[in-house]
Amino acid sequence: MTEPVALSIRDLRLDVAQSGHDIVDEITLEIRRGEVLGLVGESGSGKTTVGLAVLGHARKGVAVAAGSVTVEGANVLELSGKALRHARGLLVSYVPQDPGTALNPALRIDGQVLEVLRTHGFGDNDAGRRARLVEVFSEVNLPTDRAFLRRYPHQLSGGQQQRVGLAMAFAARPSVIVLDEPTTGLDVSTQAHVLETIRALASLHGVAALYVTHDLAVVATLADRVAVMYAGRIVEQAETAEIFARPAHPYTRYLVAAAPEMGSDQELVGLDGRAPSPGARPVGCTFALRCEVATAECRESFPAVEAVNRSSSHEVRCFHPFAVPERTERRGSAGSPLTRSPDAALSVRSVTAGYSRLDVVHDVTFDIARGECVALVGESGSGKSTLSRSIGGLHHEWTGEIVLDDQHLAKSARDRPVAQRLSIQYVFQNPYSSLHPRRSVADSIARPLAIAGADKSDIRRQVDRMLDRVSLSSSYGNRYPDQLSGGERQRVAIARALVSEPQVLICDEVTSALDVLVQAATIELLVDLQRDLGLAMLFVTHNLPLVRSIAQRVAVMSEGRIVELGTAAATLTNPQEEYTLRLLADTPRIPDFAGDATV
Amino acid sequence: MGILKLIIRRLVLGVVTLIIVSIAVFALTNVLGDPVTRMLGRGALPDVVAARRAELGLDRPITTRYVEWVKGLVTGDYGVSYANGTPVWDVVADRINNSLFLMAMAAAISIPLSLFLGAFTALRRDGLFDRVMSNQLLVLAAMPEFVVGALLTVVLATNIWHVVPSVSRIRPGEPPWSDFDGMILPVLTLALAVTPHVGRTMRAAMIEVLESDYVEMARLKGLPERAVLWRHAFPNALGPTLQVIALNIAYLAGGVVIVESLFNFRGIGIALRDAIPEANAPVVQFIAMFIATIYVISNLFADVITIIVTPRLRTRLS
Amino acid sequence: MSEGPDDHVDVKDGGDVDDGADLTDLAVMSDLVVMHTAGADDEVVSPANPGVVRAALGLWRTRLGLALVVALVGVAVVGPWIAPYGPGEFVGTANLRDVEGASLGTDYFGQDVWSRFLYGGRSILFLASVSTLIGFVFGAAIGLVAAYDRGRLDDALMRVMDVMLAFPQLLFALVALTTVGPKSWLIIVIVGVTTIPRIARITRGATVPVVERDFIGAAEALGESRFRIVTRELLPNIIGPLLVEANLRLTYSIGIIAGLGFLGFATERNAADWGLMVQENRVALSVNPWGTALPAIAIALLTIGTGLISDGLSRTVAGIDRGRADA
Repeated sequence: MTEPVALSIRDLRLDVAQSGHDIVDEITLEIRRGEVLGLVGESGSGKTTVGLAVLGHARKGVAVAAGSVTVEGANVLELSGKALRHARGLLVSYVPQDPGTALNPALRIDGQVLEVLRTHGFGDNDAGRRARLVEVFSEVNLPTDRAFLRRYPHQLSGGQQQRVGLAMAFAARPSVIVLDEPTTGLDVSTQAHVLETIRALASLHGVAALYVTHDLAVVATLADRVAVMYAGRIVEQAETAEIFARPAHPYTRYLVAAAPEMGSDQELVGLDGRAPSPGARPVGCTFALRCEVATAECRESFPAVEAVNRSSSHEVRCFHPFAVPERTERRGSAGSPLTRSPDAALSVRSVTAGYSRLDVVHDVTFDIARGECVALVGESGSGKSTLSRSIGGLHHEWTGEIVLDDQHLAKSARDRPVAQRLSIQYVFQNPYSSLHPRRSVADSIARPLAIAGADKSDIRRQVDRMLDRVSLSSSYGNRYPDQLSGGERQRVAIARALVSEPQVLICDEVTSALDVLVQAATIELLVDLQRDLGLAMLFVTHNLPLVRSIAQRVAVMSEGRIVELGTAAATLTNPQEEYTLRLLADTPRIPDFAGDATV
Repeated sequence: MGILKLIIRRLVLGVVTLIIVSIAVFALTNVLGDPVTRMLGRGALPDVVAARRAELGLDRPITTRYVEWVKGLVTGDYGVSYANGTPVWDVVADRINNSLFLMAMAAAISIPLSLFLGAFTALRRDGLFDRVMSNQLLVLAAMPEFVVGALLTVVLATNIWHVVPSVSRIRPGEPPWSDFDGMILPVLTLALAVTPHVGRTMRAAMIEVLESDYVEMARLKGLPERAVLWRHAFPNALGPTLQVIALNIAYLAGGVVIVESLFNFRGIGIALRDAIPEANAPVVQFIAMFIATIYVISNLFADVITIIVTPRLRTRLS
Repeated sequence: MSEGPDDHVDVKDGGDVDDGADLTDLAVMSDLVVMHTAGADDEVVSPANPGVVRAALGLWRTRLGLALVVALVGVAVVGPWIAPYGPGEFVGTANLRDVEGASLGTDYFGQDVWSRFLYGGRSILFLASVSTLIGFVFGAAIGLVAAYDRGRLDDALMRVMDVMLAFPQLLFALVALTTVGPKSWLIIVIVGVTTIPRIARITRGATVPVVERDFIGAAEALGESRFRIVTRELLPNIIGPLLVEANLRLTYSIGIIAGLGFLGFATERNAADWGLMVQENRVALSVNPWGTALPAIAIALLTIGTGLISDGLSRTVAGIDRGRADA
């Protein structure tokens, strides 16, 4: 089947308007009707900018410098005024990342979909448009009764809002749809449904879909073809199966190696550093700075596009494709309990927690042994954060017992003796808000020591030691959080947590705000630290595959209760409870494309 | 149903506030000094003073007098002026007309003007007009109103140009528009006092809305710019702006005192200013409560309109 | 707020929408939004060196404002020492423009306009500064405590603030001053106390987003004392908006106090006070405008100066926030 090409981007370049620095350059790709292309990249790669350009839209400060975007024969970049508005919504439409803010809070949802139809002259009358509205709502599995249609966006759940976004995009039956990470922030099960809907609609209406994302697992299940972006350029393109089986570009290989996998105890390989931003990009291959196989040639010029495998239209831009060694080490550490001792470091017994009128955690009991990492997994609303915050003393409306090393913990951290407080440490999710913005890194790390009453001269030495432990040079001590990347900040947060040599470390979604490669590096750091320091760790996450890479046991939470508790390996490959089964089924994973193939 | 409940809540809060204000006003005016001594002169004999006090009911306990006063307020009996014995209402009635007219004219000019300026400068953000206008508004917002009025007088009435009269000459019993020329400066001064605040808030609200995701989404849906502005942008910028408008109307009510003094405008502001040193308690009390009531009503109005305009506030979250 | 799935259940919507907080927040948020959208950022501050004041001085408007303020404060403070005549000294027939020895003529009482002008700024400046300081200290404290508490204390404090805000400021000043007399301490108390709720609201509005940031949680997990968290963690992070608001309040305090002077309630009769002078010399405007124009212009320039400083600070704060948001 060779469907006609619906979207063709050629040599697209977008600059920072003021300085002329390129944000994206030499972007070339094609999507046929009914095909889904996954545009993969980390934050800062420019993928969203490309997505918006397909609609002829550039955000403030961004200018189109060169290239063309052709949709059904028309170059969108050359359109303006009426012609452009005509194209938007009718020829090409957009599904935003955050439906909550993309829907007008003051308008009812039926009106917001109807106005698309009205603007593009669909239907001769209101009745005709309403009929299409009902049709498209049922296609996205939303209720179609009048009461629901008259709702305001804030009266819908996140998943429903996103479906309205999809409905708006498909309403006028465009030829091309750009989806910008539309499942961010959605629960795994909601995400699964939304992805299904997208797949169904795309093939039903023969729409060409550009799916922008950073999530490899989603791309693996949804896309027909994949294009990988790094620092503003497409570095590799191929059919999905091909790119996962035989990734050519070092960056792609790193991405695949860093993707958490539920089926095995594979070591995650991360990569420190970050992609250079516009204006800071070197001559030559932008990845050379971080690449382990870079040579002088790489630093002199950006490699041209080369075909690797014509049959699957596999292209790459690299002087040394396939050079990065494959990482298939099976780790012994995370999977099997190495230094786990039988006595519990932390005991949670019959804990019920909540907020004034409502309990969100019901009668939870479990233990964490010394040297063990227990993952606490659940979707949003499951109560996992409330539980972990209660253990950390950040939330004080709870009943039950929490025992640390034979001592009962008071409800609030403030009521606990200093030694106890320093013995349980907490690392937060958001690296951009967990460090005091006006305190230097060294001061932030030193704070627990100061509270413990440590000797001033000793403090700096210990701070340096911790920085070293988290692989940051001591020069970081004098820097401020604003000067650090997300991954670096998270390392500082970890250093701060570990400087007082705690027995228990609670990690609350600590990698959710990080890019894949940085996430992998951080996880590996945590695994090493946990092993070296014999920490008891509670790792809270919603990302199931990640569990395998770090935890020995896993507790699955739903609606405030632990529904399943067991070893990571067993629970994730052979779950007993229905909830867990469903959760696993809904979690996208990268199929084993490689099989037995070796490079 | 939700709206009604919210409105009732705000109403109750407003009434409570008025009660507290009334207590404070009554308490303060009662220490203004003894009106009887002022009326009869210092040399008056104690018996005469006592008799007069009894006549005016000033010998009764303060709580009784307060309750009576409140009853009077509610039923329309506002008491009698200590200065000349005429009913308070007769003293202030036409002044109220004048002051309300002044406020209304100032509002009628300033509100549309500031909404327009705010929206326009937001749309042409950082352009020449925006930068000039923003600085102008900043300057106007900073200066106290009597300074603005005084400078306007110097420029337009007495020294540089002589196009308007510097004082207002409304005769008692005549409608406020009988001296139209004399109203120009007072209205202008009040309007210039209010416009910068509302204008800057409108500008800020519009900018925030124009940079919002849903406005971007509206454009990405291919909606004509007209629809983007009027259907998506304006309604959402209106919410916070309405609050400020109401606050400024309330401010107008308090600001009349100064502006009327400046231009000898025959309104309740000047009446208040003169009644206070005279210890003319009934007049002071009435005008104070009147102004406070306008204050509270405009705040209530603002809250109610905000609720109506913001669906999120009037429906339960699901 | 943390990114990613948030499993904190919003309990408030179990019943009615808490309208009070929402509406107050809207108004406060709109104040903050005005600050943040002030205008084109002339300069973006380097995040590693967040000295708000230093950065604000980089903007022309702050410098101009500062210059104006310094000039007028100079006049007000030094004035009495360089005045050729005393404030109550009779120098010639009243309301004359051309008078021997009086460069700007005489006022309504035959006193030297220029000398009285030089004497007339001190009281306004002193009263405005002290009352704003009082309002600032108490208002900021209340706002910080309320924002950090986020519970019943917060509600109670804000209700009290709302009631205080409902009182017309001028009204009470007039009545109180007539009752007790035009005493300086009374003016300071009235203006100071009426400034408190306004600063408290803005402080609370600026603090609430900071309280929700995780580094506060980190400090709580370490068991830091509440006092320490408020003073060392919260306060330094809201200095920007606080300075802007304090400056704004200073501008309005000057306006109110000058206004009270204008109405004749702030000082004894015939005292040398810029506000009072505007009123006293109005009748003679066509003959000798300087009696009114000079103090009016002085007040105008002073308030414009503080207003410009305010604006400069607010743009700097917005620049810092924008810089941080791009991180």
